[in-house]
Amino acid sequence: MTEILRPHAEQEYAAELAGLAAHDDRPRPPGWRLSPWAVTAYLLGGALPDGTMITPKYVGPRRLIEVAVATLATDRALLLLGVPGTAKTWVSEHLAAAVSGDSTLLVQGTAGTAEEAVRYGWNYARLLAEGPSEAALVESPVMRAMRLGAVARIEELTRMPGDVQDALITVLSEKALPVPELGTEVQARKGFTVIATANDRDRGVHETSSALRRRFNTVVLPLPESAEDEVGIVASRVRRIGAALELPESPAGLEEIRRVVTVFRELRSGVTADGRTRLKSPAATLSTAEAISVVTGGLALAAHFGDGVLRAPDIAGGLVGAVVQDPVSDRVVWEEYLETVVRERPGWSDFYRACREVS
Amino acid sequence: MSDVTFYGVRHHGPGSARALRTALEDVEPDAILIEGPPEADPIIGLAADPGMVPPVALLAYSPGAGGAGRRSAFWPFAEFSPEWQAIRYGLAAGAAVRFCDLPAANQFVPPAADPEEAAPRGTGPPGGDGPDLRSDPLGWLARAAGYGDAERWWDDVVEHRGDGPSPFPAVAEAMAALRERPGPRNVREEQREAHMRRALRRARKDGFARIAVVCGAWHVPALRSPVPAAHDDRTLRGLPKTRVAVTWVPWTHGRLAEDSGYGAGVRSPGWYHHLFTAPDRPVERWLTAAARMLRAEDLHVSSAHVIEAVRLAEALAALRGRPLAGLDEVTEAVRAVLCEGADEPVELVRRRLVVGERIGAVPERTPMVPLQRDLQAEQRRLRLRPAPERRERDLDLRRPSDRERSRLLHRLRLLDVPWGVPGDSGRAKGTFRETWTLAWRPEFDVELIEAGAWGTTVGAAAAARAEALAADASSLADLTSLAERCLLADLGDALPAVMRALADRAALDTDVAHLMAALPALVRPLRYGDARGTAAAPLRTVADGLVVRICVGLPPAVSGLDDDAARGVLTRIDAVHGALALLDDEAHLDRWRRTLDDLLARPDALPGLVEGRLTRLLLDAGRLDDVPSRMARAVSTGTPPARAAAWVEGFLGGGGLLLVHDETLLRLVDAWIAALPADAFTAVLPLLRRTFGAFTAAERRSIGERARHLGAQPRGASRPAGGEPDETRAGPAAATVLHILGWEEPS
Repeated sequence: MTEILRPHAEQEYAAELAGLAAHDDRPRPPGWRLSPWAVTAYLLGGALPDGTMITPKYVGPRRLIEVAVATLATDRALLLLGVPGTAKTWVSEHLAAAVSGDSTLLVQGTAGTAEEAVRYGWNYARLLAEGPSEAALVESPVMRAMRLGAVARIEELTRMPGDVQDALITVLSEKALPVPELGTEVQARKGFTVIATANDRDRGVHETSSALRRRFNTVVLPLPESAEDEVGIVASRVRRIGAALELPESPAGLEEIRRVVTVFRELRSGVTADGRTRLKSPAATLSTAEAISVVTGGLALAAHFGDGVLRAPDIAGGLVGAVVQDPVSDRVVWEEYLETVVRERPGWSDFYRACREVS
Repeated sequence: MSDVTFYGVRHHGPGSARALRTALEDVEPDAILIEGPPEADPIIGLAADPGMVPPVALLAYSPGAGGAGRRSAFWPFAEFSPEWQAIRYGLAAGAAVRFCDLPAANQFVPPAADPEEAAPRGTGPPGGDGPDLRSDPLGWLARAAGYGDAERWWDDVVEHRGDGPSPFPAVAEAMAALRERPGPRNVREEQREAHMRRALRRARKDGFARIAVVCGAWHVPALRSPVPAAHDDRTLRGLPKTRVAVTWVPWTHGRLAEDSGYGAGVRSPGWYHHLFTAPDRPVERWLTAAARMLRAEDLHVSSAHVIEAVRLAEALAALRGRPLAGLDEVTEAVRAVLCEGADEPVELVRRRLVVGERIGAVPERTPMVPLQRDLQAEQRRLRLRPAPERRERDLDLRRPSDRERSRLLHRLRLLDVPWGVPGDSGRAKGTFRETWTLAWRPEFDVELIEAGAWGTTVGAAAAARAEALAADASSLADLTSLAERCLLADLGDALPAVMRALADRAALDTDVAHLMAALPALVRPLRYGDARGTAAAPLRTVADGLVVRICVGLPPAVSGLDDDAARGVLTRIDAVHGALALLDDEAHLDRWRRTLDDLLARPDALPGLVEGRLTRLLLDAGRLDDVPSRMARAVSTGTPPARAAAWVEGFLGGGGLLLVHDETLLRLVDAWIAALPADAFTAVLPLLRRTFGAFTAAERRSIGERARHLGAQPRGASRPAGGEPDETRAGPAAATVLHILGWEEPS
């Protein structure tokens, strides 16, 4: 186990990527480490001829991943849309790792992201001392990706101001980034493309211009379709994170994970799993990612303060915190849910008591 | 000895169609037998007419005995149906083309063994939808091979094999294997296959050298097996039959789609049509068509989008290891590129293109009842093309052409052909505008053939139908609404007969309730008829007669009624009152008011509800000046509380505004309720709730506000309240108010 808290995808799954590359005899697009088939297999999981198991990175419709990979193979930019916590960043990281073996060329979009983050900046000490020169230029991750012929990732595209977003238009259409100060330009090598993620929950933060929008192919990532899928996703992610944090394995975890997922799904859809009772929905998104963090938090509690077995009281605190984001309206939603649904449900009495205690 | 080739096909599929066409051009048969009703043999030549544009369907129609056992069935053909290609090829090559299925005359009579089998009308070939395996065996094979879509499987397995051998022998083998599985015995299927074998024997005897048989793949093994003629004769002997007429009718792609309930339907007729007709580059053409359609819907889709969509579709096909991008890949490309991830436009593409809204056409020479021909001529004259998709159409009745369109649609409705459905705004928005929702359904042809018995033109048939309806009408209200429809449809010919029936019925009808129910429908066209320029004189006569009869008959009809009956009379009185106000004829109004006056003069005979309502109506008409005292009488202690409550309900039923504005009346109601003994209050509470519950929330609130202040300030806000204010208690409050206002007295 390394000292690194969270290794990059290409580090963590280096063995799988190597195995896939060894068996990959299909044609690879220029600049790609793997063929499109192998990239799809890396994300969706499967077994290699020599018995190496590829773990599924994305659990969901196969066609979405196929469209995403086909988009990248046609050197188009890919826009992953979805509500928060639908594995947009996760998919983009793994796609970048599988396609170019490097998922670190990342621009995080925020309201304060400046154009330099997308194009290039200057080392001002050098600039003042020597005037504009190659050495004084500070490359952005996008510029680096163009030089290397790799995948650049842009997180939360719509949170960046519109003029910064539009700096990408030239990059995506001309595949070149001019540097007028030096009278040169950087032309992208084959294999360069961009994967952007955007959140369609708080749409309109900075609407993407249609000029930029049409340079992306759009893939909408949905919330997990069935409860079983979602439990599987949460369980596998929690196991990975737990291993990274060196938490002891918890035997009784699955039952609690199922409960968390059930609570999240019911509150999210506004109706109980059996479809018989309507519920109010809280303002929080209650995504799979949040379910994962609730369970991980519970695991840490159980490991360090409990008896090492994940039990209802360990997850209750995190769960309530995830659901009740607005202390007034969400509190009402949660109390109603607790009293009308959880209390009546057979076998959930320990869970009900634990939630009552922290509410 | 003749040479017979069997072509087992999938009923609708570009793959089968293209393969069959190639095979036929190769074999050059001189006789082609096709699965279909042999009654259609005489009109098969029409398929070669340039005016015949698929999708079309063979319609077999049987009037049945006395109209009760009416049956019809359709055999649809699209451009991409193998049968259609076989027909067209055969006619062009001069081969004999015959249908070989069991005659519709026999199929329409359900076999005794399983009466369930007979197809309900409009669901496709009888017996076409059996168990899954039987109805779509190719789809079943495709599923066994791990494909979701039979056409996809067929394309991948058969079409894209290059110049391989004809697929038909292999398909026949697969079917033989499928048919070895024991299934339930199907009498009708045995009869159909026996008939096909018999038709084949006859073709052999007729001396054709090369015979091609085109039928559902499922039947091929049965047709091949050497069953002796005597056995088939036994199967077919003495089958009951009925009289059948067959013709071609236009069909639509929407009706070919699976989800419309057609057994042998396909999911994407529009896509198949495109695949079959596009000369080359099907993916590019398809995506361009999608882009143009989206553009027409004001979605911004550029050529650059199309280019990228094509690239994505091809990359996706390569990634999935398919030789050519199919509907799945193209739809993904439409979603990810053209629609930028949104689902709604994708659904639009599905409806408009994947299913498609194509409607076929049949040539002039097609056998038709004269009524159909007349309708076609009218449609052409009025430029009102039948189209399968639902469309809104506004008609301005002041324009002659729109008036004629409206007339045609109304007449068709009288003939049970609801091609257009009038929208709500027809009556609400004014007298000269009509909104219609138009949608042509292929089954209308059946209705037209049926209606052909009434006459040879739409107008004559509708008039005859209206007269017949008038003769059979069971109630006066039916007759009046029929009269209204006649006026809308401008059926001057039928109107006298309907009016006569109406007048006769009105004269004989002793139940004044019927007369009252009839009046409103009569008054509407009288009032609104002028936008159409109809002569309403006969209607006027009948309406005049009705009013007099109602006024005479009402007084005896309203006395001694129980609660429920009183309520029924109340709605009728309201309706008549509204109708007369609409008619705006002083003489009638005067007569009506006098009748009401007379009724009120002997209130003991009236139910409380009716008395209250009459008081209200006359108050609104300004004919009563002593309403407060009447109300006081009605709610005074001498009257039983239940009757008083009913009176209040009748009086206030029209809305609560009266109580908001007339404080005297409110005071009376308030005092009455306050004075009710406890048990009486409980008894009338439900009635009061019903009355007040019908008011709008705003009315209830302002009534409540006023009622609250009634006790405190008897005569409005200007009057001081009774009793001297207590100086010591008021002092601090007054000081505070002065303080707030800044007028504080120096203390």
